[in-house]
Amino acid sequence: MALVIRKPAIDILSAAKWMIRKDCRALSSLVEKAEEAEKRPVGRRPRFQNPALEYRHIFPEFLPDPNPKWRNSLREKMERADMLKRRSQIDIPEFYVGSVLAVTISDPHAQGKTNRFVGICIERKGCGLRAEFTLRNVVDHQGVEIRYDLYDPTIQSIQVLRLEKRLDDKLLYLRDALPEYSTFPFDMDPEILPEGTPVPVNPVQVKLKPRPWLERWERQELKGVSNIEEHLKEKDRIRRELRKTPWEKYDLMKEYRKTIPVEDQSEIWGEVHNQLNQLRLSRKKMFKKRPISTPKPQLG
Amino acid sequence: MFRSVLNKFYYNNLSCGLHTTACLNEVQLLTRLRVVDNSEIGKRAMAEGKPPKVICVYNKKRIGYIGDRVLVAIKGQKKKGILVGLKQIQNVKVPKFDSNNVVLIDDNGTPLGTRIHVPIPTILRTILKERTHAKGADYTKLLSIATKFV
Repeated sequence: MALVIRKPAIDILSAAKWMIRKDCRALSSLVEKAEEAEKRPVGRRPRFQNPALEYRHIFPEFLPDPNPKWRNSLREKMERADMLKRRSQIDIPEFYVGSVLAVTISDPHAQGKTNRFVGICIERKGCGLRAEFTLRNVVDHQGVEIRYDLYDPTIQSIQVLRLEKRLDDKLLYLRDALPEYSTFPFDMDPEILPEGTPVPVNPVQVKLKPRPWLERWERQELKGVSNIEEHLKEKDRIRRELRKTPWEKYDLMKEYRKTIPVEDQSEIWGEVHNQLNQLRLSRKKMFKKRPISTPKPQLG
Repeated sequence: MFRSVLNKFYYNNLSCGLHTTACLNEVQLLTRLRVVDNSEIGKRAMAEGKPPKVICVYNKKRIGYIGDRVLVAIKGQKKKGILVGLKQIQNVKVPKFDSNNVVLIDDNGTPLGTRIHVPIPTILRTILKERTHAKGADYTKLLSIATKFV
């Protein structure tokens, strides 16, 4: 059985090699650029840098889906305009998977009331106006997850209570982790980072509950899980070895298909850079004004 | 030649021959549920480790969605209940829970317990109001014993 599984792997490798050799020349310039972009440290507000490198992490939803079947330049442009309009109405802050957010929506099911939910962002996906994120929390010993559209007009405010990143891109394994790792109190105070510091990475490693699990976490090379080996049997380890795809990080075409090229990105960011910057500056002014204006009535 | 290699490449990628998708977590016949109110029968069934089984879902599709009425087998009896939280992927802004929750009711829609100890989705306010008819069962009593809405 092992042979059967390994054979396609070898075939794929050879095919990939062939393709790399063929396409190397055409792609080389682009790939180098992309790697360069990866290597640069992305600070929170670095001053003299290409905005593309900074913005693609802060506003990932401005980049379209790389699948060429779904590209449509006109639709993308209109969506970006709509997103900027929405952003001028409401402050959509910078957040990442692993940040703790509080979302207030107006509740259509109870008249005139709002609904506030606090949770850790476990997934962020979708592009353009369809961008969405998922919050997870454990309330009264019951795990609850809510998915929100980022540009939903019923959202009244999005507040970042703790701005940080985790070791993985998706935290779906929190569903199988012990409940204390996804428990956050609803009356949490926002933690404010000093200006100019990079977004901290929280190196916490969660403990998983014993099996059965929702997914085969052992095959996903997670960094944020500490006790995955305890729950594995010999069979799982063998299968994990057989299913490994170590060649994928050398697969240039796959990388190319998954990302938007630098040339396209600079076009997009050039279009929205000015307005985003203006919005940001105006928010900053508002933020600076607020602490001065609020104590006055208290003193009076 | 390029096409042949490409075909081979794709073919091998999908050569498993099996189609595997994530499970839907639907509430259907014989699904085990979690009783989340403090009714006597519900508490005892959960404590004994014999959670109730669905034996009928009262809609045309026979798959339970949020707010649907179900008939459950619990401790050798037949009781009716309302689904108040599902594992299945939900629409935007509707909470998804880690377990399939049910609140036991009687034929008139009155809950058997006096308190629900997990959060209840607010969308149930609308759904249960729609299901309630003037002369039939009144399901909105369930909302008044809820402790928390999300």
